[in-house]
Amino acid sequence: MTWTAVDIALMLGKIVALYAIILTFAAYLVLAERRILAWMQDRIGPNRVGPFGLMQPLADVIKMLTKEDMIPKAADRLLFSLAPAMAAIPAILTFSVVPLGAPLHLFGREVTLQITDLDVGVLFFLALSAIAVYGIALGGWASNSKYALLGSIRGLSQLISYELSMGLSLVPVVMLAKSFRLSDIVNAQADMPFIVYQPLAFVIFLVSIFAECRRIPFDLPEAEGELVAGFHSEYSGMRFGLFFVGEYINIIALSALASLFFLGGWRGPFLPPIIWFFLKVFVIAFLFIWVRGTLPRLRYDQLMHLGWKILTPLALLNILATGWWLALR
Amino acid sequence: MSILSDIKETLTGITGILTGLSITLRHIFRKPATVQFPEEKRPMPERFRGSIVLTRDPDGAERCVACYLCSGACPVDCISMAAAEGENGRRYAAWFRINFARCILCGLCAEACPTLAIQMAPEMIPSKRQVIDWVYEKEDLLIDGTGKDPNYNFYRHAGIGVVSPRGGNPGEKPPVDVRTLLP
Repeated sequence: MTWTAVDIALMLGKIVALYAIILTFAAYLVLAERRILAWMQDRIGPNRVGPFGLMQPLADVIKMLTKEDMIPKAADRLLFSLAPAMAAIPAILTFSVVPLGAPLHLFGREVTLQITDLDVGVLFFLALSAIAVYGIALGGWASNSKYALLGSIRGLSQLISYELSMGLSLVPVVMLAKSFRLSDIVNAQADMPFIVYQPLAFVIFLVSIFAECRRIPFDLPEAEGELVAGFHSEYSGMRFGLFFVGEYINIIALSALASLFFLGGWRGPFLPPIIWFFLKVFVIAFLFIWVRGTLPRLRYDQLMHLGWKILTPLALLNILATGWWLALR
Repeated sequence: MSILSDIKETLTGITGILTGLSITLRHIFRKPATVQFPEEKRPMPERFRGSIVLTRDPDGAERCVACYLCSGACPVDCISMAAAEGENGRRYAAWFRINFARCILCGLCAEACPTLAIQMAPEMIPSKRQVIDWVYEKEDLLIDGTGKDPNYNFYRHAGIGVVSPRGGNPGEKPPVDVRTLLP
């Protein structure tokens, strides 16, 4: 394929639009989480900045940017400043393979609503979520603090354990769609979303992405009760902000992927595709917040037990059953 | 047996999680318990010590006789005043100042006050940007009401000045000019 000026302009436009969408979405997810958690606890939540507190994300950014940028004396300066980016970039990169809606026809060509339609989109996503481990590992290591180190050790083992069950729970999806390409997976769900065929895989994937996002009940890397703030204890100002935003972009990315793999992505009746897609993402993101408002943190051995002794064998069994079903059909 | 109990345990766990989720979901639609303080104020109990006021007697005159007892009782020394005497012999505070930046709202001044002039009020003092704004003068402290004891009138009991002039009460000798007693 030769690239013309229109192609390049379209691609740049898509990249800029995607950045704008996910950063706004992440900023407002933080606000939504604070408001919804507050309602769950019979409080009101931040409602002072602007109408309904809608300017709160802006105020937070200003606060983060104007805070003192502290680097501990004993920290490894290079890794310390690299780690927040390492946490946020993989989460943002994941979006490059996410189709946001049905292909459009613009300027006499078909424009897909995704940056790139990789043949191995699923593997790309799994690889990126593996790289995201470095953000935590380096952040905790470079801080040169015992709490941060303990947090990052926990984070490492947790993320590696749950990546396994997450990857395995996606195998049946790939088997059903017969493709690693995300647009093919969405197209394969034209008649019926995969959650109908694969409810177990959906549940395993959901639990695994909770652990991948380091969210309650799996927020052991940051467990504020024991580890101050875990791997980002020593971070302040916008470096902490980057970790924070990275976490929320990660939530959106994984919600988007859950909706792509199991809920049919942008497919749905009546409403335009892109609205369906964001509706599904909202629902799963709400689930993240809802669970955070409900469940307590797991103990560390319970976390490992759940990952290795329950989710992974279940996912393997699910692959076996799906294979059997596909062969017999 | 062990598999059965495992399944049972799993089901209990899942129902536990779902129960928790349903409870938090229901709470989303519940009215928040928050009182948005500076705009909304919780009605405080009558005897709550939120601020200090100077009250007036039923006739509308100032009750304070500038006796300094509140100032003396104050554990943080936040009350200061200067006494003055009116034409009719009635004492009053020329100026009266409470530094609320120091005040701990303990209520000892109100307990010490013999004329029930200084009283604790349930309204809270709002926070200020400048410390100097915490210093309340007599005009800021005086209210138009009688406070907690609406019928109490110190001068009607003590009788000096208002009811009859000095030395005019039954059995009272006229005031003595002390200088005439000097050798």
